[in-house]
Amino acid sequence: MNGLFDIFVRSVFIDNMVFAYFLGMCSYLAVSKSVKTAFGLGVAVSFVLAVTVPVNYLIDKYLLKEGALAWLNESWGALDLSFLSLIVFIAVIAGIVQLLEMVIERFSPALYQALGIFLPLIAVNCAILGGSLFMQEKNFPTVAHSFSYALGSGLGWLLAIVAFAAIRERLRYSDIPKPLQGNGIAYIITGLLGLGFMAFLGI
Amino acid sequence: MKYLGPLAKDNPVLVQVLGVCSALAVTAQLKPAVVMALSVTVVCALSNLIISLMRSTIPPRIRIIVQLLVVSTLVIVVDQFLQAYLYEVSKMLSVFVGLIITNCIIMGRLEAFALSHGPLPSLIDGVMNGLGYGLVLVVVGTFRELFGTGTLWNFPVLPHSFYEAGYMNNGLMILPPMALILVGSLIWILNSAKKSVK
Repeated sequence: MNGLFDIFVRSVFIDNMVFAYFLGMCSYLAVSKSVKTAFGLGVAVSFVLAVTVPVNYLIDKYLLKEGALAWLNESWGALDLSFLSLIVFIAVIAGIVQLLEMVIERFSPALYQALGIFLPLIAVNCAILGGSLFMQEKNFPTVAHSFSYALGSGLGWLLAIVAFAAIRERLRYSDIPKPLQGNGIAYIITGLLGLGFMAFLGI
Repeated sequence: MKYLGPLAKDNPVLVQVLGVCSALAVTAQLKPAVVMALSVTVVCALSNLIISLMRSTIPPRIRIIVQLLVVSTLVIVVDQFLQAYLYEVSKMLSVFVGLIITNCIIMGRLEAFALSHGPLPSLIDGVMNGLGYGLVLVVVGTFRELFGTGTLWNFPVLPHSFYEAGYMNNGLMILPPMALILVGSLIWILNSAKKSVK
């Protein structure tokens, strides 16, 4: 249990997707004009991460890794399909996002209204693919670890985009040099927020 | 001349804010930044060419999936190539080579250019956008390595007398947030320059 919580806290604060690895920056900058939409996108990203990373973990463990196919047939034990992982992960993500969209639309129209516009965007969000690739690199022992990592990363991303959107809403009333307005100041604020997050390194 | 836009005026990273996602993390040193820039240029150019050749046969409804497949195949080729010939660098880049797939520049150029133009202009457009992106990476990488560790391409370039006179490397430059602040400053410089040209 302890290990799971460690991974969770680590991925929210220290290995924060946005501030430490710059993942999902495109949508982070584009959809942070208001706190409400930012929150919607953040929830959608957390949700999709929490579903796709464990699925990709299972696929990696039982189909792609070196020797992973041994459970099917002794003689396949020598196969190493890990070079296929990129293409498989992205296909799984695109498929799951499509599926989620349909399921949510059917069972929870309210949630669909809130997330609807963001879901298709998410298939090509680097944070999602990045989550799966980091999961592969970190070699988690069980699927629960990968779930805890995915949930933490998603919440970290949510935290980052909501904090940034809140600052940006205030920014409208401040006096910024003309050439720096818009994206310039957005990058610099993200950098400063990131510096703040570096303080968590000590945990 | 009309293809030179992506290098400065329409720079994908600085002006269109595309593709910052994965890339800034690799700019703590110059060498991985250059390798990353070249990889993105190759993938962008070839995927533009391939999609442009297939543009009349791809059904519009499934074009995103087709594009993703073409791009991820190319990225796998690049990834395997790096692991075979530049193992050290590929370790440093770790997951960020894979993340080229979701780089918005590549998908953006496929959607905006390759689907509606012939093979040759698409190829050139791909190369130019890749280079425009690479330019930012190289500039940021140069600054961060020079001021962060006092080296360029792993060679010490700052003379010893500097250190003896009390100069210290700025450890802050190595930390991830500095990449963002540097890009922000680049945008500032570019915007100011554009205004004075007008």
